[in-house]
Amino acid sequence: MLGNLKGLLVTLSSMLRKPVTYQYPKEHKPIENRYMGFPVLMWDSQISEPYCTGCMVCVRYCPTQCMTAVMKDNPLHAEGVSKRRKIVDSFEINFGRCIVCGICVDVCNFDAIEMSHEHELSKYARNDNRSDLTRLLEMGRKYQEETDWKPKTNAKESEEEASS
Amino acid sequence: MVDQDINKKLDTVQMMVNMGPQHPSTHGVFRMVLAVDGERIVDVEPHIGYLHRGSEKLCEGEIYVQIVTLFDRLDYLSNLNNEMVFCRAVEKLMELEIPERAEYIRVILCELNRVASHLLFIGTFGLDVGAMTPSMYMFRDREKIQSMFEAVTGARMMHNYIRIGGIKNDVPDDFIHRMKSLIVELKKGLEEADKLLSFNEIFLARTKNIGTMSAKMAIEYGVSGPSLRASGVPIDIRKDHPYSIYDRFDFGIPIGEIGDCWDRYYVRLEEVRQSISIMEQALYQLPDGDTITPTRFLLRPPKGEVYVRGENPRGEIGVYMISDGTDKPYRVKVRPPSFCNLMTIKDLLIDTYVADAVVILGSLDIVLGEVDR
Ligand code: SF4
Ligand code: SF4
Repeated sequence: MLGNLKGLLVTLSSMLRKPVTYQYPKEHKPIENRYMGFPVLMWDSQISEPYCTGCMVCVRYCPTQCMTAVMKDNPLHAEGVSKRRKIVDSFEINFGRCIVCGICVDVCNFDAIEMSHEHELSKYARNDNRSDLTRLLEMGRKYQEETDWKPKTNAKESEEEASS
Repeated sequence: MVDQDINKKLDTVQMMVNMGPQHPSTHGVFRMVLAVDGERIVDVEPHIGYLHRGSEKLCEGEIYVQIVTLFDRLDYLSNLNNEMVFCRAVEKLMELEIPERAEYIRVILCELNRVASHLLFIGTFGLDVGAMTPSMYMFRDREKIQSMFEAVTGARMMHNYIRIGGIKNDVPDDFIHRMKSLIVELKKGLEEADKLLSFNEIFLARTKNIGTMSAKMAIEYGVSGPSLRASGVPIDIRKDHPYSIYDRFDFGIPIGEIGDCWDRYYVRLEEVRQSISIMEQALYQLPDGDTITPTRFLLRPPKGEVYVRGENPRGEIGVYMISDGTDKPYRVKVRPPSFCNLMTIKDLLIDTYVADAVVILGSLDIVLGEVDR
């Protein structure tokens, strides 16, 4: 009997506290800074081209083989605007297969791919989440604006400049 | 004629009842075929394998860094513990030194994962015996832990955070502060669970002296973890064969008396208290420094074999790995705690009632992802 009463006291006391539930579709939990959503490609707005060179390192190390990348010669490099000799021609990530592990971000040497905060990507058809270069860059730009993203290697360079 | 029929003794036949694979209380896709005589269970035939993904075989085709993601998905309620045991296996093979800070963060996160797993157990076990409220309370507290994981590792469940040689990146700046307030909240939540459920008369009537597992039986079946300790055998790998830095902490091993469902429940509840104490000590001692020993991405550990084990929330997890010197392991064998604990189900269920079957199965706290692999 005593145990029951104790339990009742606990439930009674919870009447006094504020509700903790987030009413999901209407109300969102705040997303943490480090949250890993689906990987997206970054846009270099200084030169207006993607960071990605299509080197395919991420494609090789992706555990689910959900990405493809094709490389081409960079026309902007010929004009002397860009330092990148090669640039991505087409890129595809199948978000239906991606397990959001973050390995692609770890292996990329060009800061070209980043885990975005994108996570609500339900679609009606099975292949609607095969995202091509345009969509990935669009999502990437959204992420860059949201988080004020800076490339890591460039950040290092500017630090060195500041210290020297 | 008619009289004769009436006088003829009625036969009783056993009835076969299918429990699962989609039964809500089997905690996954597990099927039991029960032969029941009235309310009494006469025979049980467990069927496993509905969640088989061939993880061990998949490991042979992936490089070492990718396998961590597979280990995340073995026991999806204690991902960090699984990651840790695999990384320790590779590190032992390569004789890699781990930075102090990484070890501490690993231990803190693993204990946090243990707390989350046990809280979920308390909630769902309450649900199994028919109490709705505890599951709501426990999910509320577990949610806070998940948010903490999200802030540290970036993912709520499949973290891929513990890497070979250390951890992926350092914890955020406000980690210690947030952990401290989280621990306070967890303690409060745990006391609520204790008051709400542990000594509730209905709960006691449903779990006391049900599904008793003797110490002898538990050892013979190779049961490990809280289910073994509930039978009164104080074996805990963290204490008996300390790995990582567990020998630096002062914690107790809660044991049960007779090994019934209530003991298995209460041992887990006590274990949460011990885990919280470990976390507090680790947070207090947390040193500064590096968080990863840099290794090549395409690891090629030397030829050899290792067996490494660790204490999961569900028991002893072991990884036996053979490396042939290439970038992929030759063979990875997992010794899953849930599988070995589940094997007792036949002995435990026979001669109990159908209504208790759910309670006994729930008290073993299995995760089918790990049973079937
Ligand atoms: S995202 Fe990075 S690793 Fe992948 S193809 Fe582009 S540059 Fe290479
Ligand atoms: S997050 Fe993982 S699964 Fe997804 S594309 Fe990157 S490497 Fe592949």
